[in-house]
Amino acid sequence: MPTPDQPEYYPQHDLLKPPAGPPQSDWMDTPVDFRPGSYIYPGKAKNLKILDLPHARDWSVTDADWQLPADWQRTVLEGMADRLGKYRSFQIFMDCCVRCGACSDKCHFFLGGGDPKNMPVLRAELLRSVYRKNFTALGKVLGRIAGARELTVDVIKEWFSYFYQCTECRRCSVFCPFGIDTAEVTMMGRELLGLLGIYVNWVIEPVANCFRYGNHLGIQPHGLRDTFDFMIDDIEQATGIRVDPPLNKKGAEILFVTPSGDFVADPGTYTCMGYMLLFHELGLDYTFSTYASDGGNFGLFTSHEMTKRLNAKIYAEARRLGVKWILGGECGHMWRIVHQYMDTMNGPADFLEVPRSPVTGTVFENARSTKMVHIMEFLADLIHEGRLKLDPARNDHLRVTFHDSCNPARGMGLLEEPRYVIRNVCHHFFEMPANTIREQTFCCGGGAGLGTDENMEMRLRGGLPRGNAVRYVQQRHGVNRLAAICAVDRATLPTVCDYWAPGVQVTGVTELVANALVLRGEKPRSTDLRGEPLQTPTAGESAHEGPAHD
Amino acid sequence: MEIRELGGKQLELDEDGFIQDPAAWDEAVAAALAKTEGVDEMSEKHWKLVNYLRNYYLQFQMAPMIRKLCKETGFKLNEVYELFPSGPAKGACKVAGLPKPTGCV
Repeated sequence: MPTPDQPEYYPQHDLLKPPAGPPQSDWMDTPVDFRPGSYIYPGKAKNLKILDLPHARDWSVTDADWQLPADWQRTVLEGMADRLGKYRSFQIFMDCCVRCGACSDKCHFFLGGGDPKNMPVLRAELLRSVYRKNFTALGKVLGRIAGARELTVDVIKEWFSYFYQCTECRRCSVFCPFGIDTAEVTMMGRELLGLLGIYVNWVIEPVANCFRYGNHLGIQPHGLRDTFDFMIDDIEQATGIRVDPPLNKKGAEILFVTPSGDFVADPGTYTCMGYMLLFHELGLDYTFSTYASDGGNFGLFTSHEMTKRLNAKIYAEARRLGVKWILGGECGHMWRIVHQYMDTMNGPADFLEVPRSPVTGTVFENARSTKMVHIMEFLADLIHEGRLKLDPARNDHLRVTFHDSCNPARGMGLLEEPRYVIRNVCHHFFEMPANTIREQTFCCGGGAGLGTDENMEMRLRGGLPRGNAVRYVQQRHGVNRLAAICAVDRATLPTVCDYWAPGVQVTGVTELVANALVLRGEKPRSTDLRGEPLQTPTAGESAHEGPAHD
Repeated sequence: MEIRELGGKQLELDEDGFIQDPAAWDEAVAAALAKTEGVDEMSEKHWKLVNYLRNYYLQFQMAPMIRKLCKETGFKLNEVYELFPSGPAKGACKVAGLPKPTGCV
């Protein structure tokens, strides 16, 4: 019998039923309903202790008593006051919403689940109501009439439920006439919960791992070495090329940082193998690091302070190894941090050089301050300058669509580069409908620390808008591969696709590049990196004079 | 956090039934954990998989890539699912006493 953490538990027709409509009671009087499949397990005491976080305890979401620390209301309100003073954005976001409702039907969780508190405007009201009661004259005097309410235990439970039903994807922000960054409202809500020792374990355990080992999975140097050795053998089997990816190489020109999920979890591992092949073919002077061994930073889903703590390792490692600049892989939220927070958190990284591609000579002016270049920018430049020999026919067995990962799309505006790369390595590329891609892309439903299994109902509901768009191109164009440039996508979208658009598999873009890449000295190719047969096997390249080596 | 008797020991389990102290693992614990996964009798094949995972974990403090697991034990992925219906991560790793994997996985 399937359990609530398994997709099979949920018949599709149940999740497609229209919502029952809003509850009869006022939203302030409707307590949260924690049913299996809808919430995430709380952070374990051992992980909080590793991070020196206060109020570590083991508890359960369904406990009546959440063991809140004494004086918890004062802790939250002081924390709110502190943040209102520190972050001008937070103050503005609390004050300037006019509840116009433009955001209300833009959230994938609201669209897939119909719960009014997943309308971004109401999710933010969960926090704003407490703000009004305690920080505005109107709210203090008029109370409920002014949309103000007391901070109670039920409010804390409600915050926990809904701030962990938000993937901080910022689709709603695109439609807000004031430009309210709703993700930052969620972040503040999570920070305040954190003051009471309330986290979800799917976030705080990776953070604790990252803090000790440099990556979310707790991979230690010898484990990464063993994993790489396996990939090297696999690459040789597929291509006849033996790569030698450097680890912790001092004095390398470039430090390469990518999410740790791609080291061990399929299908991300093929993208990781793709990096190795690409860099080998280019003869790039680069290194992986066993310490800066994750681009991902679940600190972003915890607090600004934690984001800073974990982001710092990338730059500390760049300094230790003496590299000139940093190349970043297909990671999602790493790029929001690098693009929007890093500069004032740990930067500017003045000790590094402005990134310059050693292959094409292109200077990446956009990375002048952070010194970090996205692999899609790097690849698009290589292709534009004609430095890769590509045979897109090697991807002819694939009919590809592209899912804009929320953070690279909305957090750094990386919209054209991945498409340019895909069009150069695939003959069959089809876009999903316009209101589901680019700035308006729909989230995978598992970002911001929601990619675990115990909240499977929410993931499937939140994944419905994306899954529906995938299903559309599957039926219309026979799409069988969904490309994405984020490791959370590669971990969570297979579940979404299996459920809403069965038959579509998930890939990274660099995997597609590596499939199409004609390598010096390669053997005749009959399969792609996954070992799946090519439509037209190739003769192999014994010693071609590729433009990359002119 | 739940305390349960498994293989004659009182062990702490997380919400998904993973043991919290990997050092407390032994074959009796494995057999008891297998029952929680709907595997009533551990066959030679089950032990081959579990022992491989266990030894890999002791050496590397992590679970191996699933493709590596398949290659080195000779089981195809669908055979792993036949042995442990919840799959390699939530089924086989649990029985081998490994912690639940977290992060972008």
